[in-house]
Amino acid sequence: MSPKPLDYESLNENVKKVAYAVRGELYLRASELQKEGKKIIFTNVGNPHALGQKPLTFPRQVVALCQAPFLLDDPNVGLLFPADVIARAKHYLSLTSGGLGAYSDSRGLPGIRKEIAEFIERRDGYPSDPELIYLTDGASKGVMQILNTIIRNEKDGILVPVPQYPLYSAAISLYGGSLVPYYLDEEANWGLDINHTRQSVAEARLKGITVRAMVIINPGNPTGQCLSEANLREVLKFCYQENLVLLADEVYQQNIYQDERPFISARKILADIGLPISKEVQLVSFHTVSKGYWGECGQRGGYFEMTNLPAKSVDEIYKVASVSLSPNVPGQIFLGLMVNPPKPGDISYLKFVAESKAILESLRKRAHIMTDGFNSCRNVVCNFTEGAMYSFPQIRLPPKAIETAQRAGKAPDVFYCLKLLEATGISTVPGSGFGQKEGVFHLRTTILPSEEDMPSIMSSFKKFNDEFMEQYEDYRGYSRM
Amino acid sequence: MRRFAADRAKRLLFRSLFSSAATPSAPFSSSPAAAAAAAIDSAARSVTVDTINPKVLKCEYAVRGEIVSHAQRLQLELQTKPGSHPFEEILYCNIGNPQSLGQQPVTFFREVLALCDHPSLLDQSETHALFSADAVERAWKILDAIPGRATGAYSHSQGIKGLRDAIAAGIAERDGFPANPDDIFLTDGASPAVHTMMQLLIRSEKDGILCPIPQYPLYSASIALHGGSLVPYYLDESTGWGLEISELKKQLEDARSKGITVRALVVINPGNPTGQVLAEENQKDIVDFCKNEGLVLLADEVYQENIYVEDKKFNSFKKIARSMGYDDAHLSLVSFQSVSKGYYGECGKRGGYMEVTGFNAEVREQIYKVASVNLCSNISGQILASLVMNPPKVGDESYESFDAEKSGILSSLARRAKALEDAFNSLEGVTCNKAEGAMYLFPCLHLPSKAIEAAKAVDAVPDAFYARRLLDATGIVVVPGSGFGQVPGTWHIRCTILPQEDKIPDIISRLGAFHESFMEEFCD
Repeated sequence: MSPKPLDYESLNENVKKVAYAVRGELYLRASELQKEGKKIIFTNVGNPHALGQKPLTFPRQVVALCQAPFLLDDPNVGLLFPADVIARAKHYLSLTSGGLGAYSDSRGLPGIRKEIAEFIERRDGYPSDPELIYLTDGASKGVMQILNTIIRNEKDGILVPVPQYPLYSAAISLYGGSLVPYYLDEEANWGLDINHTRQSVAEARLKGITVRAMVIINPGNPTGQCLSEANLREVLKFCYQENLVLLADEVYQQNIYQDERPFISARKILADIGLPISKEVQLVSFHTVSKGYWGECGQRGGYFEMTNLPAKSVDEIYKVASVSLSPNVPGQIFLGLMVNPPKPGDISYLKFVAESKAILESLRKRAHIMTDGFNSCRNVVCNFTEGAMYSFPQIRLPPKAIETAQRAGKAPDVFYCLKLLEATGISTVPGSGFGQKEGVFHLRTTILPSEEDMPSIMSSFKKFNDEFMEQYEDYRGYSRM
Repeated sequence: MRRFAADRAKRLLFRSLFSSAATPSAPFSSSPAAAAAAAIDSAARSVTVDTINPKVLKCEYAVRGEIVSHAQRLQLELQTKPGSHPFEEILYCNIGNPQSLGQQPVTFFREVLALCDHPSLLDQSETHALFSADAVERAWKILDAIPGRATGAYSHSQGIKGLRDAIAAGIAERDGFPANPDDIFLTDGASPAVHTMMQLLIRSEKDGILCPIPQYPLYSASIALHGGSLVPYYLDESTGWGLEISELKKQLEDARSKGITVRALVVINPGNPTGQVLAEENQKDIVDFCKNEGLVLLADEVYQENIYVEDKKFNSFKKIARSMGYDDAHLSLVSFQSVSKGYYGECGKRGGYMEVTGFNAEVREQIYKVASVNLCSNISGQILASLVMNPPKVGDESYESFDAEKSGILSSLARRAKALEDAFNSLEGVTCNKAEGAMYLFPCLHLPSKAIEAAKAVDAVPDAFYARRLLDATGIVVVPGSGFGQVPGTWHIRCTILPQEDKIPDIISRLGAFHESFMEEFCD
């Protein structure tokens, strides 16, 4: 039989290069074990509702009503939906051009983009233009779109933090660009040292790479660090000096678990810096309904905001957006609700605030429980989760463990995580999926399992880890010299 | 970027009318006007049209192109200056977006979706007063298929297993041949699935994809974006847009002689913009062609529920292939379906799937991997796809009202298709093939040479010139045929059949009046 057109050998090479560990080997193995009847705790992806977090009531009520507008004509609707929900549903329906079932403007409904602009203005203190805010089916699609716009060929480099959320490495592979890593400093709480970044750029340029953009993830994923104002200023000035477009992934801006470094948007700092930098540095900022205290991953609602992009570039981005016609309308409404939640005095306000606070307080607690729990384990060192949804402990694997892993044909942290999975059912993502310094190993887990389950999960982990370390450590001193 | 000049002009107009204008000390060059007025796009800046991905520049999508931007500008003028134009409203006949023109959603589907969006409703006794019992039952069934009933969680990257099971069952019932849930990838509409396949298939500009001309420009746009080559095959207007195997063969050989590796054949059935429904024999020939030439068959079947003629029937390519005795070993086939069309018209939900058959495990892993980077498609859209493939059946409480809604919409579409077809055919110098299916009419304009010259004089493509004049005179928005491809020297427009029935007579008379005066102006 003649080779088929879609044989593995004849696939687009860029597709083959893509790796996305979050749903890679560990996850697939965990799914297999789950099918065999093993209880699995999935901590591989930031997916709060899958681990028991409940959706906020108000947005679900509003969207349900928008979904079935004929209910508004029913005299009994008030029995199921409070008045402010009904009013809000009517408001969002009026913003659509035919309800939830019609394609919207390819950039998203103008009314919702206006609400987002107003939110940004309240948050940052600077005006925002709805025309430069594009809604997407999840922030990931926006990131991919922007990277596809920037990357021309393998000589175009994108500065990406290491460790990073592997959407960036995957997208860069897919579009045939080059990933230029800048290492975050684990000893300094995953701090961003601009000198490292400068060095990375210099090295890349020596190799003939044109560095085009810099990605920051703030708060960080998987690392959780919240950038300081000084850091953001440094980054922006750096982008100005090096002519880089800054891609600011700010999807975790609502997830802050310490008070020293609250969230400040890159856009605000850029504006604060003033002219000429504030008019020169190109910036794209990303946000989503998947994280925060909303956790509405399944809705696929996200947006990006463009700052200082020339009109012609915006036109091209619009053109490509139009090929996909429009982002999903319910997801757009979730975005509107997120930036425009119930206000004091609204019927649903108190319940909304109570639900939101409970989630955020619990996340903060769990961030501590997990960090402390990991730090109590042998050969495990863990920075505090300042923000986002993850814990990224460093696992100091003994040389014997590393050898055993290599003999088994596995990366050492993959080996460790597979053993952890098989022993405890805890499904994590090995640090190699995010990038790390050579010879330093981590795993990423989420802080999302419920508070009730946390103690048993941490003790289960500790038992496995400490036994693993005992098994692979050589007490009598490794030296045979 | 002349084509987008209109869009920018619209934005400038918008800003001057609704400006929450940045203060003089505004930090950003956020206004396009300011950006244009201030420094020229600095070549030093990283993201300018000179430095962005050239494939992005190459890609075009006429369905929401220049004519639509112009229409939006006119719409704004109508709002701010009533009476400024010889029409009261803009009628968007450019895009297959039924619910934006008054088509109502299917009640049963929306009931189920609302319950799944807010599952707590199922715990409240009052719910039974407002929702039909079978909608409640279906919602329970769906929620039981979702781990933890968490509709806000990312699902499996191919889509929720239980929903794929339901879709596979629906496919099997439709075709009489089994479908494997693991072959199904649920996506945010059918378009992202098409992009995924193009991404997999195209390695360089030496990889070609056979596309019908005229085609729905998602294909040309996607091929351009992924850096491949579009290999056109012409549908035959004189035989109702027939697809001839001889034409396929000719174009294939031609491409190969130019050093192009042809990887796949796109077939849109029912056709867009052309509306033809393929005959079974034709489909068999196409299947054999792909099998023998080693091409992936990409079957766009999103209009499978839009058939308006008694003598034609939808047959899926999977059904045809299986009926010929071909299985996974013989043919690589990807079939696309969507919730946006049919009688449900749920465009804004972004629901759809591709059924991928005839690929080995390694390739399927790659498809899964690419899907996983985006985690999953929106859950509500997934649920809707499962409803579309498993609507109420005879005996269900909602069946009668569901069936009434469905046949009401479909029969109305058939009537509108006929009325507009007749209207176009009644115009001087216009011939229009029947819309056997889909949602469009694609009349051929035999434009007088004076009109063609007038178009050239303003640097416009003749059918775009006609469409622009039509819009300015009547408010009706159509897409120039050049956006879809056509035999060189022929001109068409694509007009949807979607405006509500009560608007059709007015559309027909305005169209007629405009056309008459246009032909008078440009008669030879």
